[in-house]
Amino acid sequence: MLTTLSTLLATGLLLWQVAHQGRQIHALGGWDPGLGIALRADPLAAALLLMSSLVALAAGWYATGYFTDDARQSRFWPIWLSLITALHALFLSADLFNLYVTLELLGLSAVALAALGAGRAAIEASLRYLTVGLLGSMAFLAGVALIYIRYGTLDMLSLSQLIHPGPATWLALGLMSAGLMLKSALFPLHFWLPPAHANAPAPVSAALSALVVKAAVYLMMRLWLDLFQPTISPAASWLLGLLGATAVLWGSWSALRAQRLKLLAAYSTVAQLGYLFIFFPLLMALPAGQPRDAAFGALVLMALTHAFAKSALFLAAGTIQQHAGHDRIADLGGTARALPVTTFTLALAGAALIGLPPSGAFLAKWQLLSTAIGLGQWIWVPAVAIGSLLAAAYIFRLLGYTFGTRDRDALALVDGYESLPALLLAIIATAVLGLGAALVWQFVAPGALVTEAPL
Amino acid sequence: MILTAELIYALTGVGLFGMGLRGALLRRSLLGRILAINICGAGVFLLLVAISYTGPGVAPDALPHALVLTGIVVAVSATALALALGRRLRETARE
Repeated sequence: MLTTLSTLLATGLLLWQVAHQGRQIHALGGWDPGLGIALRADPLAAALLLMSSLVALAAGWYATGYFTDDARQSRFWPIWLSLITALHALFLSADLFNLYVTLELLGLSAVALAALGAGRAAIEASLRYLTVGLLGSMAFLAGVALIYIRYGTLDMLSLSQLIHPGPATWLALGLMSAGLMLKSALFPLHFWLPPAHANAPAPVSAALSALVVKAAVYLMMRLWLDLFQPTISPAASWLLGLLGATAVLWGSWSALRAQRLKLLAAYSTVAQLGYLFIFFPLLMALPAGQPRDAAFGALVLMALTHAFAKSALFLAAGTIQQHAGHDRIADLGGTARALPVTTFTLALAGAALIGLPPSGAFLAKWQLLSTAIGLGQWIWVPAVAIGSLLAAAYIFRLLGYTFGTRDRDALALVDGYESLPALLLAIIATAVLGLGAALVWQFVAPGALVTEAPL
Repeated sequence: MILTAELIYALTGVGLFGMGLRGALLRRSLLGRILAINICGAGVFLLLVAISYTGPGVAPDALPHALVLTGIVVAVSATALALALGRRLRETARE
């Protein structure tokens, strides 16, 4: 157990270093693309790697105290490590088939982790998660096969030189996107996400909501904004944007109506992923240049903020569930007094999810709105505004209950140690990413979408 | 267009993919859905095998074969996981 923990720490540190080197080198690795497996770390991949290492580190730290019995803990660690391996390999892959393999690895380990949750509901949810994930991968694989038939290569760098519009390209993109939309739970394909994420153990929910769905979104970004970008019509990206806007509204509304804290967090994930897809039509409409870089930076910032905020929210929810024995929102009275650090974490993470000023999401949404207005795409403005208001409503509803006085069995004041990982994540989401947002922009934006020539 | 052997195989693959997809979406029973997903995968694999044929007497393209092998391994392990979860579900139902 200690070994796995130290491996985890080492992985986190190592990847942190890689991320830092990737900053300068731009394209890392790339041994014999074609038959060999090429790895590439550009700023986008490096930023997401850093994000996933940090979240995984915090969630792993939290997990040491979360799993009380040895049997579950010994089952948790191997799958957890394979999940992180798959995730990092996916971010670094530069070839479409390799992406399929890592996507499958990620899906399988995510399902196995979700099934660790207690009881029948968790198993049922993870089975549905598995079948949905498999269907998504099959569609993705069919798209990969079509690309190979059409272009004779799967390496993304050489592919980007060859790609041109045509029915085969569109069909391939359609199949791959359908698979990824299923995996990234874009409305109306989100039905599997809330039960799977809400019934998993807390550290697993944090990783699933913050990282695993991001992997599919990352692939969508790669495909739509990078590889296939010259072949996509604006109408198709509008479809993505509209689905995203519906997801924002519907997810936020469902989160507001959720009876359980973890279900609230899961529905909020559906909504927050919607924002990411609203960026797609905007980025399609912008010509290459500074405004497009700014909008792209905002998209990355939004994804990062959500990862940290949502994992913090899930970890805090896990602490509350362990102490209160349940996570029914209406019965959370007295939590603020018994678990002050955890409640503070909830509030901080909530501020980042709503998009209140110091958080990264505030800047990202600001950029989103000003870009939308600048382009005359007014339709996204009400969706973002109403979504943020609904987010404020569900977060304040939750906080209102935790500050309530229905204190049945006078919980004792609990040491804040176990809430520390969650608190750190929430601080990153609100303060660090907000104040350090300029760095994200500088790091990710310039030339991030320009695919460089093959090495 | 002439119906060559590899085209027939490729079209069969597409047909299998469609049938599997339909089954996976419409089947109620777990076993039916797992089988349907496997049929779906078999369709993609058949398609990949068919396109690697490069003509009589010429060695076929090796890359799709590697892809199919990897794909089969992934599909087998995914099926095993699904079946194991299904069994656990039945066990918890009986308790």
